[in-house]
Amino acid sequence: MRSFTYERARTPAEAAASAMRKPDAKFIAGGTNLLDLMKLEIETPAHLIDVNGLALDKIEPTQEGGLRIGALVRNTDLAADTRVRRDYGVLSRALLAGASGQLRNMATTAGNLLQRTRCPYFYDTNQSCNKRKPGSGCAAIGGFSRQHAVVGASEACIATHPSDMAVAMRALDATVETVRPDGPTRTIPIAEFYRLPGDTPHIETTLMPGELITAVTLPKPVGGKQIYRKVRDRASYAFALVSVAAIVQRDGTGRVALGGVAHKPWRVEAAEAQMPNGAKAVAERLFADARPTRQNAFKLALAERTLGAVLAEAKG
Amino acid sequence: MKSRSDFELSRRKLLAGSAASIALTAAPSIVSAQVPAVEAAVADVSAVWKVSFTVNGAARGLTLDPRTTLLDALREHLHLTGTKKGCDHGQCGACTVIVGGRRINSCMTLAVMHEGERITTVEGLGTPENMHPMQAAFVKDDGYQCGYCTPGQICSAVAVLDEIKAGIPSHVSADLNAPPQLSNSELRERMSGNICRCGAYSNIAEAISEVAGRPA
Repeated sequence: MRSFTYERARTPAEAAASAMRKPDAKFIAGGTNLLDLMKLEIETPAHLIDVNGLALDKIEPTQEGGLRIGALVRNTDLAADTRVRRDYGVLSRALLAGASGQLRNMATTAGNLLQRTRCPYFYDTNQSCNKRKPGSGCAAIGGFSRQHAVVGASEACIATHPSDMAVAMRALDATVETVRPDGPTRTIPIAEFYRLPGDTPHIETTLMPGELITAVTLPKPVGGKQIYRKVRDRASYAFALVSVAAIVQRDGTGRVALGGVAHKPWRVEAAEAQMPNGAKAVAERLFADARPTRQNAFKLALAERTLGAVLAEAKG
Repeated sequence: MKSRSDFELSRRKLLAGSAASIALTAAPSIVSAQVPAVEAAVADVSAVWKVSFTVNGAARGLTLDPRTTLLDALREHLHLTGTKKGCDHGQCGACTVIVGGRRINSCMTLAVMHEGERITTVEGLGTPENMHPMQAAFVKDDGYQCGYCTPGQICSAVAVLDEIKAGIPSHVSADLNAPPQLSNSELRERMSGNICRCGAYSNIAEAISEVAGRPA
C-alpha cells in the first residue's frame, strides 16, 4: 500500500472542503472496498479523510412518508431495520444477498453505492483497463467475459456494477443527498447517479470531485410484493451473474431493475410496462440494445428465466 | 512478551527519511529555495498517528503508520497472534474479530479508524484452561483440521449467535418480519464469510448448533 496522510473529519462540509484542498484525497467509511484496492495499488490516494465520525448513521422518517438513510448506516443495520423490512423488503433482501456478515457489518450505504467493479481485468494491474488507467484499452473485450455486461457497454469498457443494494435502490427510486466541496447541498435521483461507460469508464457517477454523499432517501412505500432474486455461482458470498429486483402490484404492474448485466443497475420503463404480459415481453425490451459476447450471451436467457421466476413468485 | 513492537515507527525516523528522499531528488541549484517549502509540507503531514482502544478488556495505546490494518496492529504491534492473516483481502474470514459487539474482517479496516472502540479477539473469548463454550464445542466436535481458520471461525460463530438473538435476518430467512430460526441453513449462510480450506464445515456447524442449544 502506498503511504498516505490521514485525518478525521468532524462535519460533512469540512470533509468535502478538505477533499477539494487535496485533489488526491479519498473519503474512507467502511473501507471494505477501498482498502482492498489500495493494497493492490489500484487506488493510490495521497490523503484519506475518515468520515466515520460524522453523525450520518441514523435512519429517520421523512415528511413525505419515506425514510432518510444516513450515508454511514451499515449494511447490516439497514437490512435489519424494522421499517425497511416491512415497507422496502426488496432493499433488505438485496443487502442480505450481498457480501458476508463481516463485510455487511462494516460496509456503509454510501460506500456500497460507490464500490468499484469486480472485473478481473480492472483488478489485475498487468492488464490494460480503461477504468483503472484511462486510454490503456480494455483487456476484458476479447478476454474472459463471462461475468461482464451484456447491455449499455462500450468499446472502452464492458464492466458491470457489483452492488446488489444499488439495484434495489434503483427499483425504489431512491435519491442521493450530497454536500459539495464548495458548500451547497443537492439531491440526485438514483436514475441520474450512475453513468454508462462510454469513452470515460473511469468516471462512474455524476458526483463532482470531492462531493460527499450524506444520505440516501427512499420515497413513500409503494407496497406490492417485493422480491430480490440473485443468481450466482455459489449459494452465498458471490457476486451476481444476474439479479432481479422487483416490486409487483396485485394487478401485475410494477417495477423491475436488474443487476449483473450492465455498468449500472439496469431499469427500462418501456420494459416495465410489459410486466403484465410476462417475462419474455419484459426481457425483450430490457435487452433490445444488448450486445453480449460469446461468453456471456447466456445472461440474456438467464435474466429472462429469473424474471419469469420472480413474476411467478409474485403471483403465488 | 515485548511491550514495544520492533515494527513501530518513530515519527522522527519517518520524517527524516522522507525529507532526505525529497532533498535527493531536488536539483542542486534549487535546494536552498526548496528547503522552507519542504519543512512546511512536512509539518502538515501526519506520518504517524496515535490510537487508543480496548483489546480484550485492556486499554491499549499505539503510535502507528496510518496504513496499519487492525489485523497488523493486533498481530505485529500487540503480539496477539491468535487472529490470523489469510487472504488479507476480506475474502476468507481468518482475521475475523469482534468490534463493538460486531464481527468484522480486521484486515479490511485501518487501526486508526477504531479510536475508543472495544475489540475482542479469540484470546479474549477464553483461555486453554477456561475456554469459551464455542471454543470447547469446536474441540469436542472437531470443528477444524489444520486450525488456521479456527480463531476467525470461532469469533464469527460467537457473533452469529448474537445476531440471531438480536433478530437480524439473513439471506435464507423465509420471513423477513419473523425472528430468524436457529436452523442449519441459517448457520451455514451466516458463516459463509469464513472459508475452511480443510472443509471442516459440517463439524463447525455442529459445534455452533450445540452452543446454540439445538442439534444440527
